[in-house]
Amino acid sequence: MATHAIDVIEIEDVKTGEITEAVYEHPYLVRLCHWVNAVALFVMVGSGLQIFRAFPSFGAKIPQKDLLNWPKSFAIGGWLGGALQWHLTFMWIYIATGVVYLGYQLFSGNYRQVLFTHRDIPGVWPMVRHYFFFGPKPMVKEAYNPLQKHAYTTVIVLGILSVLTGLAVWKPIQFSWLAWMMGGFHWARLWHFIIMWAILGFVFGHLVMVVLHGWNNFVSMLTGWKKDPDYVSR
Amino acid sequence: MESRIKSRQFKKINRRELLKLAPVVALGAFAVPKLQEGLLKKGLGFSDWASAKLFRTGHLATTFSDSELTPFDRFPINGYDVEDPEVDFDRWSLTVTGSVQRPGDYKLPQIQALQKYTHNTRHVCVEGWDVIGRFGGARLSDFLNMIGADTNARFVYVECADDYYETIDMATALHPQTLLCYEMYDQSLTRKHGAPLRLNIPTKVGYKQAKYLTDLKVTNMLERFGYWEDQGYSRFYGL
Repeated sequence: MATHAIDVIEIEDVKTGEITEAVYEHPYLVRLCHWVNAVALFVMVGSGLQIFRAFPSFGAKIPQKDLLNWPKSFAIGGWLGGALQWHLTFMWIYIATGVVYLGYQLFSGNYRQVLFTHRDIPGVWPMVRHYFFFGPKPMVKEAYNPLQKHAYTTVIVLGILSVLTGLAVWKPIQFSWLAWMMGGFHWARLWHFIIMWAILGFVFGHLVMVVLHGWNNFVSMLTGWKKDPDYVSR
Repeated sequence: MESRIKSRQFKKINRRELLKLAPVVALGAFAVPKLQEGLLKKGLGFSDWASAKLFRTGHLATTFSDSELTPFDRFPINGYDVEDPEVDFDRWSLTVTGSVQRPGDYKLPQIQALQKYTHNTRHVCVEGWDVIGRFGGARLSDFLNMIGADTNARFVYVECADDYYETIDMATALHPQTLLCYEMYDQSLTRKHGAPLRLNIPTKVGYKQAKYLTDLKVTNMLERFGYWEDQGYSRFYGL
């Protein structure tokens, strides 16, 4: 059962008279935050990797092997100082989108659309079977199926953690309690790095799914309206 | 709540909703070469402003036990140019100018006559590595008191024997862990670590901790800020 009221309209084609349905899926602030955050995330990752290039390892400055020789052409900022300018500028944009998004979702009640709860657990296995083992497509009556909810809820948590670990690396003394919670300054830097890769893992899966689900689905994140949604049954 | 509209109207709604995303395009300003530098400078400036707000004068940097110290021979030596500017110790003095009641040349024994403080603190480099070192010296705040500095001034500016220069905000200069450091690991400072006198500021990143000090000025006006800052690094960079 959908817990959130769905805005459905019928569209009558002027020429053919054919009727299609459309759903208002993504409220304005969700779309705005999505795209601003996408740009900010791109810059944060690119500049973050350039910062990482200055000391491509973790822990103390002991002569040690580089963990990863990240190519400069896949980084933003050109040098450490430039990358820090990008990182310390876009982190505010990144945080702002997160705060506005979370605030809106909680305040409007729209969070029910994405929040994975215990009610979604029974639906996980049928979706996994469908996606990975060619099982039948389960009936879904909401914008997001249980696996989607799981992915989106997880990435929101990862987004929050990326900020908290970043604050611990940036201000290990003023936010010493954060650094302590993460196991110290060295661990905070490592966690920050790990969480970036986890987010990139989500982004990869997300982009694959966007391609697989076609144009109408993609447009809905631009205009809010999804034409011909498969989960609305009359 | 189901209603029926014409496809033409639906297109119009869609166009309007799409246009509302225009603020996203505004981020493209960062890709315009002419605007980029100014925008990033503003962004970094905002970060520095927030950093100064987040700085708590009474909050101390974590100190460590002797067993956690990085061995002295593994404490990195980072110079920007020469590692040893060959300071003549006999003729050395710290030249004090600016908003102070007692300007002049101060010899090392005068600084060493102030109460000595020693602590084991983390030295964090902007590059991302860090070491734990043992530093000893006089509190900069005690020295500022000795020279009768106007602590309402905004900055403490220093120059070094190797032409390095650096500026510290007054709040950090007055922090109890900010030292005019003349000892590391209970030994006199070695030449490569900045003898005879360097800054040790556990609440700041490494490049703020200038070595081989020669001049100190208390001021509101700066002609230049710091060697790295003037090339684009953060001016505050507090940890």
